Amino acid sequence: MRIPCPFCGERDAQEFVYRGDATPKRPDGEDGMFDYLYLRDNPAGPIREHWYHAQGCRTWIVVTRDTRTHLIEGATLVKEPPR
Amino acid sequence: MSRYSILSVIAHAFHGHRGWAPVWRDASPADGYDIVIVGGGGHGLATGYYLARVHGIRKIAVLEKGWIGGGNAGRNTTIIRSNYLLPGNEAFYEWSMKLWEGLEQELNYNAMVSQRGVLNLYHSDAQRDAFARRGNAMRLHGADAELLDRDAVRKIAPFLNFDSARFPIQGGLLQRRGGTARHDAVVWGYARAASALGVDIIQNCEVTGFERDASGAVTGVETTRGRIGAGKIGLAVAGNTSRVASLAGLRLPIESHVLQAFVSEGLKPVIPGVITFGAGHFYVSQSDKGGLVFGGDIDGYNSYAQRGNMPVVEDVCEGGMAIMPMIGRARLLRSWGGIADMSMDGSPIIDRTPVEGLYLNGGWCYGGFKATSASGWCFAHLLATGRPHETATAFRLDRFATGHLIDEKGQGAQPNLH
Repeated sequence: MRIPCPFCGERDAQEFVYRGDATPKRPDGEDGMFDYLYLRDNPAGPIREHWYHAQGCRTWIVVTRDTRTHLIEGATLVKEPPR
Repeated sequence: MSRYSILSVIAHAFHGHRGWAPVWRDASPADGYDIVIVGGGGHGLATGYYLARVHGIRKIAVLEKGWIGGGNAGRNTTIIRSNYLLPGNEAFYEWSMKLWEGLEQELNYNAMVSQRGVLNLYHSDAQRDAFARRGNAMRLHGADAELLDRDAVRKIAPFLNFDSARFPIQGGLLQRRGGTARHDAVVWGYARAASALGVDIIQNCEVTGFERDASGAVTGVETTRGRIGAGKIGLAVAGNTSRVASLAGLRLPIESHVLQAFVSEGLKPVIPGVITFGAGHFYVSQSDKGGLVFGGDIDGYNSYAQRGNMPVVEDVCEGGMAIMPMIGRARLLRSWGGIADMSMDGSPIIDRTPVEGLYLNGGWCYGGFKATSASGWCFAHLLATGRPHETATAFRLDRFATGHLIDEKGQGAQPNLH
């Protein structure tokens, strides 16, 4: 599996650390914290997920990937770099 | 069901072995059942068997979307052991080990249960202390454990890399009653025994939805072979638990991850039992056909693909070479991937769900095979009595909300680290 890092281009997945589904958003208070920490949609199909390019640019990115085929549609930065 | 024995083998030999009856009955769905089990793997079939044998329930169906034993039951590394540390786990896995020990007589089927021992190597003083603690925990639960020093390990497995400067082998924790069983014989043994007690095993029958009444309780399943009514429904579909449970509107603390396994060409007997590397993640045993069966970590990303990627292949092979350099002489025959239900604390779930009448057995992570027997026993107990079995009271679905996690590795809510 090769991941298209927005900074570094297409790199081997071995350079990246996986975090998981990018959809859950951390709530401000306790409400929703259980859902955020533990519950997952775990889709069989396209998923947006966080990867960290640990052995590259050390940037968090969001990769869109199909869990049934491992085909990667694209990747974006979690947030725009400072200008 | 005719009973298998040495005499029946000899008798059939006189007729060129042409007279054997099918091992189990390939049933067609009836209109309704008292209990429908979704998933015809080891866990589902064991559940069906114990429901009929222990609890006397007669109208039971086990539904399988493909063929029985074609999912994770056919994709594991066949290891059985009960070397767990935490109280919520150890009593359950020891119960499973006891069931394995009597399984072949119970089912009248050769499941090739082979108690050749499971040896976990340690490579540092700290790891020895941790293993001593684990061994003591096992013994307190009635399991067997022996802490071996370096010389004792050398007697069992002289071919290990004792002189490694980086990962010197200091000893190991040995469970002699651990070992391996033949995965598809386990599936067929349970299928045969369940079928003989009247359990309908229905293949090529994928569940596509749940039928609910006005109160929200399940009353049946919609399948590719039509509607099937059910008093209670038990899910035993690990790997696809989130997908099937979502048909009933449930979101679960589970991610599906791919775990790869490997087998070498057939060799003469060389590995006594199961050996695991303590400084990396690598485990190996030798099948009765002679192939070295080995594996390591999960790939670490969500997957339903039943195949993994090269970094883990490399990592597993490096682990093998580090501990057992002779393995480099063996050629790899096959590798494959299975989809593991990785729960958020690394431990399984056997519990009711918030949906009335729907029960869940899942979250087996990469350790479901060894649990096949007790998983079936405990799930059947829950389905029949409405109460958890005494060895499975900790496997609750709500433990993630209440904080009663069973985190054997102490990794936190990050499935790919368990």
